[in-house]
Amino acid sequence: MKIMMKSIALMLFVLVIKPAAANVSVFACEPEWAALAKELGGERVSVFSATNAFQDPHHIQARPSLIAKLRRADLLICTGSELEIGWLPVLMRQAGNDKVQAGQPGNFAASDYVTMLDKPSSVDRSQGDVHPGGNPHIQTDPRNIAKVAMALFARLKQIDGDHTADYTQRYQAFDKQWQTDLARWEKQAKPLRGVKIVVHHNSWSYLTSWLGMQVVASLEDKPGVPPSAGHLSQVLSRLKTQPAKMVIRAAYQEGRPDEWLSEHAGIPAVVLPFTVGGTDQSTTLFSLFDDTITKLLAGVR
Amino acid sequence: MLIKVRHGIPEVLMKHLLLSASIAGVVLSSTLPATVFAAGAGQTGNAFNPSIGLILNGTYAELHDPANYSIPGFPLAAESDPGTQGFAIGESELSISANIDPNWYGVFTLAMAGDNTSSVENAYVQSTTLGHGLTFRLGRFFSGVGYLNEQHAHTWDFADTALPYRALLGTQYGDDGIQLRWLAPTDLFIEIGAEGFRGDSFPAGGSANKGRGSWSSFVHIGDDVGISNSWRAGLSYLATKAVDRATGNDKFSGTSNVLIADFVWKWAPNGNAYSKSFKFQGEYLQSQNKGMFTPDGGSATAYSAIPSGWYMQAVYKFMPQWRVAVRHDQLQANYTNAAFTGTALDSKGHTPKRDSIMIDHVFSEFSRLRLQLNHDQSSSQSDNQLFIQYTMSLGAHGAHIF
Repeated sequence: MKIMMKSIALMLFVLVIKPAAANVSVFACEPEWAALAKELGGERVSVFSATNAFQDPHHIQARPSLIAKLRRADLLICTGSELEIGWLPVLMRQAGNDKVQAGQPGNFAASDYVTMLDKPSSVDRSQGDVHPGGNPHIQTDPRNIAKVAMALFARLKQIDGDHTADYTQRYQAFDKQWQTDLARWEKQAKPLRGVKIVVHHNSWSYLTSWLGMQVVASLEDKPGVPPSAGHLSQVLSRLKTQPAKMVIRAAYQEGRPDEWLSEHAGIPAVVLPFTVGGTDQSTTLFSLFDDTITKLLAGVR
Repeated sequence: MLIKVRHGIPEVLMKHLLLSASIAGVVLSSTLPATVFAAGAGQTGNAFNPSIGLILNGTYAELHDPANYSIPGFPLAAESDPGTQGFAIGESELSISANIDPNWYGVFTLAMAGDNTSSVENAYVQSTTLGHGLTFRLGRFFSGVGYLNEQHAHTWDFADTALPYRALLGTQYGDDGIQLRWLAPTDLFIEIGAEGFRGDSFPAGGSANKGRGSWSSFVHIGDDVGISNSWRAGLSYLATKAVDRATGNDKFSGTSNVLIADFVWKWAPNGNAYSKSFKFQGEYLQSQNKGMFTPDGGSATAYSAIPSGWYMQAVYKFMPQWRVAVRHDQLQANYTNAAFTGTALDSKGHTPKRDSIMIDHVFSEFSRLRLQLNHDQSSSQSDNQLFIQYTMSLGAHGAHIF
């Protein structure tokens, strides 16, 4: 016990005298926020993404490596709205990092800055994996990215006030390019307006709302409940009266039900990146939307 | 029987119960403009109500009469039996948790057993803002020693705990006390912890040293290997004192210190455990006992022994809602003394061991149905046991520890 206390004291000492890191250490829960932090922070930030595009952000293990990473973070950027409820609270309580706790400037929830869709008027678990705060998959609408970028810019300035000029310059450049590309994406996506689609999970409310697409069915009977054979045949028969152009899913979602429907309904099964890194083409936030729209347009043809 | 709680997290609660909802909202909440950080999404008019979660579980079991259960050579805690015959509700756990203020988080878990008794399993507060990797906890909680010790029963991969935990730690060591943990500022996960306890629960007993009967320390390290693998290993030491600790009508007074080495390895393709995953875990426990043992009706006799035990188990999730598992556990009394012939310390030359297989199905992350078979040779009479168990969680559901 005594030895342990001594070693703790020694380690604390080492910690205290260690010079502060030169930049802001960012722990992003999802790849899209890691990418955004890099866009806005450039060399002023070092960014770690807790998840990749092939992982389901609802279901992540609270791994020791993640706890160790969060321990040293200055800024935690997550979607919020309970998307990470199954793992993030564990990380936060074990990391011993006061900077990223709720209410601190180092705690940033992207969903606080956008208008939430699918907000249930009442929730009950019989409805499946519903989120009382609304659908958390906000990153599929680039207008949300712009709103979150503005808020994150403000937060970076608050946390690292010495480099306000750098952040300002980077944000302005990012926003200008984003608005330009947004206009281009909307123009390119005109043929998608009114197009009916089937979704694997209700991950696409923001995308479909942005592009004016219409979701006629979901492969999951209830959110988060794996597609059952019975429900799939119901979807198939519904498509006879209400045909859809394609069935879409995120890169991390299991594709067998989609392929089954694709084969039986004769419509393409389209894999969208969903976040940065979900496809070979989606390496940045910009190419994420380039690729998403390209793949959707290919599905309509 | 109890639960675990790890830190902070509601895990405590039952698997998932508790916290869930609110915490998340609270945790992430955040922000409004610059300095005012309001609670974020998910908050309602009852925004300040704590998260409340309930775990309901029950079993149908076929096994020998637990009243006659004993492990030769091992004086057991009262709750260390293999289960209840026939239909029985297991422990239902009611958990309440919330952030208390910006500095503290609190958890309360009440366990209600099938015989209408209830016990406080967790009642602790934990610091959130010490920083520097430090976390401080006060109250009643499961010790951070070992791997399984902190895991609440509803998160176990089997309906019962491993034999070394049953025999050497009275299922799980939880007590009233304090805990300090420190996480090193390194990419490699290195966590060091120290605890002090009242010393009121097995293998301690009688609140020795004026209610400061036990202490412990532990080190956990862990990391990822590539995207698909992660592991954690630990070494722990729990030092306890027993004053007239009773096993039936036998009494023990002395020291009972437990050394634990634990290891867990998890695999999931691309780190996505949705469809497939694999988990291996193993622990070795060694109990160092020295003191006076008083058999029923006998006189106090010096007793010094180092019984030990280990288990290994593997769990494979082969499709989204299905898992299978195997486990082997075994004990070694390492002790013979003619003075204790016929008492609980008489191992009768028996090596207690058990083999188990398990399959479970989850309907959602909130409900699970399980079938388990044990070939149990821990008692001197071997017993082929069957368990059918349901475990369901209502309300808020906390995140699980690794």
